[in-house]
Amino acid sequence: MAGLAASFGSGAMTNSLVDLEGSDTIFIIGSNTATSHPLVATRILRARENGAKILVADPRKNQIADLSHLYVRHRPGTDVALLNGMMKVILDERLEDTDFIKKKTEAYDAFKNLIEKVDLDAVSKICGVSVEDIKTLALTYAREGSSAIVYCMGITQHTNGVSNVKSLANLAMLTGNLGKPGTGVNPLRGQNNVQGACDMGSLPDVYTGYQSVTLGAANKKFADAWGVPELPTKVGLTIPELMSGIEKDEVKALWVMGENPVVSDPDANHVIKALEKIDLLIVQDIFLSATAKLADVVLPGVSFAEKDGTFVNTERRVMRVRKAIEPVGESHQDWKIIQDISNLFGYQMNYDSPEAIFKEIAELTPSYAGITYERLEGQGIQWPCPSLAHPGTPILHTDGNFARGKGMFHAIDYKPPAEVIDEEYPFWMTTGRVYAHYHTGTMTRRSKSLNFEVSQGFIEINPADAKTFDVKDGHRIKINSRRGEIETRVKITKRVEKGVVFMPFHFEEMNVNKLTNPAYDPIAKIPELKVCAVKLEKV
Amino acid sequence: MDYKNTLTTCTYCGCGCNFFLESLDGRLTGTIPCKTGPVNEGKLCIKGWNAHEFVQSDERLKKPLLRKDGELVEVSWDEALDFTATRLKEIQKTNGPDAIGFCASAKVTNEENYIMQKFARAGVGTNSVDHCARL
Repeated sequence: MAGLAASFGSGAMTNSLVDLEGSDTIFIIGSNTATSHPLVATRILRARENGAKILVADPRKNQIADLSHLYVRHRPGTDVALLNGMMKVILDERLEDTDFIKKKTEAYDAFKNLIEKVDLDAVSKICGVSVEDIKTLALTYAREGSSAIVYCMGITQHTNGVSNVKSLANLAMLTGNLGKPGTGVNPLRGQNNVQGACDMGSLPDVYTGYQSVTLGAANKKFADAWGVPELPTKVGLTIPELMSGIEKDEVKALWVMGENPVVSDPDANHVIKALEKIDLLIVQDIFLSATAKLADVVLPGVSFAEKDGTFVNTERRVMRVRKAIEPVGESHQDWKIIQDISNLFGYQMNYDSPEAIFKEIAELTPSYAGITYERLEGQGIQWPCPSLAHPGTPILHTDGNFARGKGMFHAIDYKPPAEVIDEEYPFWMTTGRVYAHYHTGTMTRRSKSLNFEVSQGFIEINPADAKTFDVKDGHRIKINSRRGEIETRVKITKRVEKGVVFMPFHFEEMNVNKLTNPAYDPIAKIPELKVCAVKLEKV
Repeated sequence: MDYKNTLTTCTYCGCGCNFFLESLDGRLTGTIPCKTGPVNEGKLCIKGWNAHEFVQSDERLKKPLLRKDGELVEVSWDEALDFTATRLKEIQKTNGPDAIGFCASAKVTNEENYIMQKFARAGVGTNSVDHCARL
């Protein structure tokens, strides 16, 4: 989200999901939409029926690519090169929206200078996409009418993830595709409440609503509201930084609530070592996850079916979660666990319900100021919603009025991924999800119907590579990277091209994150889960 | 027989589909997609249709666990909460507030995220609170 915040001033999906249906062109990059966000894919397919052109760019030919008008298979980690190539075509053909650029944006000249020097033949070589396809992509996206960009972790989980996102923002600004129905730069959030966790200040540098901890006024406002003389002004540590802090003996305790870093984080062996070393590991979860097994104390919380509260979906829509059954066993409400520990620790909290907590959130967060549980009945509300009379905001930055004032162009050069293939590790490895499972599999693999669909992990390899290694569907194969070794089953498919392999990360017994590279983006601190170099060996 | 339908929001991806959780005598039995859900309009994916299944898994944690002599053993809530608060206080005193980190969650509610970061910042005195938005 750092990339969008730098470009537009707000790190969230600019438009609404329903809005996609009215787009004339939808450009999907780094999103396995049909698998990971099926109900977003529905909107895209409806747009297609309405006559929209669908463009897909992805190293792996996913299901949505099967239904596109043009699919390009660029090499893993070459997104910036591809996007710069598209923008070069747009400038060459004079399809830029000069009026929008002049009135609504800044820093255009430096960006333009960089793009004008782009050599399409060189781009084509880097990406493995023909000049003709780059031209068609660009001309289709930049044509008359509204064009929307949809992206997901295929764009962000790279060492240059922020550059990737800024390049998408450049593309949208260059063609004036912002602030109007059917346009925008639309990140799909992978987890039910990623947006909410960010909105709530579960980030080391901001309080709720992205109010900076280093800003004197916000710092004082929260200190007053929370009844403490002062609050820390130093930006805290991100998860990768916490892990290295443990190694350096600077971090002694970690409280993990509802996450499973042992399976979800890159270089799993390294994470396990850190969590074994730490003095105090507190895990609050509903299952004994791989992470919980390493804990000193495990606190059983409750699932979504046993609690009241709110989630925020990918289009900034705050929605109600309602309690359907009583907590299983002796598990406790998660908010109650934190409140109880806080009180024993010596910091008093006296909430009597999630709604009481929500009222405090609304008081302290301008973009939530007008939201109440009562108003959330029905369709929910899309923030910003600054007052009780405000209807919410389906489209951000309307009429080119960006949250940061003007939209900011960034001149960005292509940089290769942190790890590239070589003689020893000759295959590109990329990771993702399958339709029946979710994230580290702690929930879906305990669901009978979903586990029946896909019960084991696998590696996708191209028929040509399968031939080289003399393996057939179902055979075992060993995969090595510089960080670890795992074994899994072969699945032969043309979804991946020769020289590229794909593995889903839901399966802890064949944990692909033992192989992935923890090198991360310098700004967003997102690890490069989507690209690493591996070698294969028949078992 | 006590049959109930409770309107809620799916716990899996970021789409935010609405469905009714069906329960009979306090146990979940199924999901019914909500026709007026602004995102899903009466449809669900395979994960949504089965979102109730993991909730009552036999593997659910039912009591707090505390590591004693290297093994995680069941303990009372009082013991688990006391242990946690005491150890956090000791580490905060000996090593300072920044020796404690918090991993909040993209799976839990806004309210739960809010009070965790409030405890980290106002209670312990550190901004080291993060979650797996990046993963």
